[in-house]
Amino acid sequence: MVADSTDSEHRSTKSPALGLRLLLLAALSIILLVVDHRQNHLDAVREAIGATVYPLRILVDAPVSTWRWVRENTAGRNELLLEMSRLNAERLLTHARLQRFTALESENARLRAMLDATAKVRDQVQVAEIMSVSTNPFRHILVINKGSRDGVYNGQAMIDADGVVGQVIEAGLLSSNGVLISDPDHALPVQVNRNGLRTIAVGTGEFDRLDLPFLPNNADIEDGDLLVTSGLGGAFPAGYPVALVDSVLRIPQGPFAQVTAKPAAQLNQVREIMLIWSARDEPGSGAESDSDSDLAAEPGSESVPGAETASPVPEADDD
Amino acid sequence: MIKVGASRRLPVVICIIMALMLAIVPMPAWASSYRPDWLALTLIYWSISMPRTYSVGTAWIVGIVVDVAHGTLLGQHALALAFITYLTAKFHLQLRVFPALQMIATVFALLAIYQFILFWINGVAGTYADAVAYWGPVVSGTVLWPFISHIFSGIRYRLARSF
Repeated sequence: MVADSTDSEHRSTKSPALGLRLLLLAALSIILLVVDHRQNHLDAVREAIGATVYPLRILVDAPVSTWRWVRENTAGRNELLLEMSRLNAERLLTHARLQRFTALESENARLRAMLDATAKVRDQVQVAEIMSVSTNPFRHILVINKGSRDGVYNGQAMIDADGVVGQVIEAGLLSSNGVLISDPDHALPVQVNRNGLRTIAVGTGEFDRLDLPFLPNNADIEDGDLLVTSGLGGAFPAGYPVALVDSVLRIPQGPFAQVTAKPAAQLNQVREIMLIWSARDEPGSGAESDSDSDLAAEPGSESVPGAETASPVPEADDD
Repeated sequence: MIKVGASRRLPVVICIIMALMLAIVPMPAWASSYRPDWLALTLIYWSISMPRTYSVGTAWIVGIVVDVAHGTLLGQHALALAFITYLTAKFHLQLRVFPALQMIATVFALLAIYQFILFWINGVAGTYADAVAYWGPVVSGTVLWPFISHIFSGIRYRLARSF
């Protein structure tokens, strides 16, 4: 108990200083909180501290990645053959689809040229590995192993093989934090693939559910509708699948219907994601990552050419 | 104090780093809402047993690192950790002689205060939060406290014997 006695000796002289120190630190935290909440001035500080956490993340990730490496290297011949045949079948299928796709793509480019709209240039993509997911139940954050050194920027879109995963909110030097579309603070401008109806998909805090809170009761939407990004928020390029509508509840006495959708991407199972460098994106734009910018961008739909032509309002030409 | 500083600090710093690693280790979705506040538990223990070396300052710096690692508002965990460490450092003499059961109840209260500060800052900042889910870490942390304090007291006696 040597440690105890040396520690308690100075208690009487230390106690007032303890309270004072708490007051100072509390004031400092509140200043930090306010500054961090209002503006993004602290990005450099976050980046610096984030760089010190990076080795810890690698250490934490090491057992998982070693296990995967061992499993890959010791996989049986039969398993490999099975996987090869599965992949071959998948490749044939994709190739068959791709044949039609190239034809469609050139047709699309021709039609767009006739309409005088900006042709959609193919987006550039880079694969990033996920280091950790959702360390806090109220913030769906994932950390990826690519940072500003690889050209990652704030507001960049992240997708997986099935659909949109989220967007980058803090591009560190070596690793970046991204927010998932299921984060309760995240809102994403989408449109119904079937008829071009535009709305906003808001995260709920559950991995398998998005809310569409701003649809009127008479909106043309039904179960199984595919929602794709509309590209109006500026952060996401248009046309990537986001979610499938899984329930539409029309409330006659309320102004809005209650619509929920299931994200197309496997938000809680992904190991790798793809970062998109869209042709329209220039690094640094869309830095205000959160719902505010997305919501603010929604009414000004004229500012994005191409999206207007792609989304006719269904009632307009019938009557 | 200064002479033995380094050898005495290293094991505790390693404890804190281990707790930080446990705090960022990926967990399945159902379990992550019951992830105990490893850092809060670690700091509670060491600020009771060595309040002169580890108190509000250490807690605040660790909290800032947690804020960066979790992507929360900068200063949120720092404020919460500094506050509970202030309480434990202030009353460390009383807390040291508490019987085990009373100590568990105190840890429960401290963790509840910790989560309340986080909840409160989330509320002020306008982050959506389900109030019930905040109880998960409090309960799991309280359940784990006897084991954690047992491990740490092993480390502490080994430290005390080494002088």
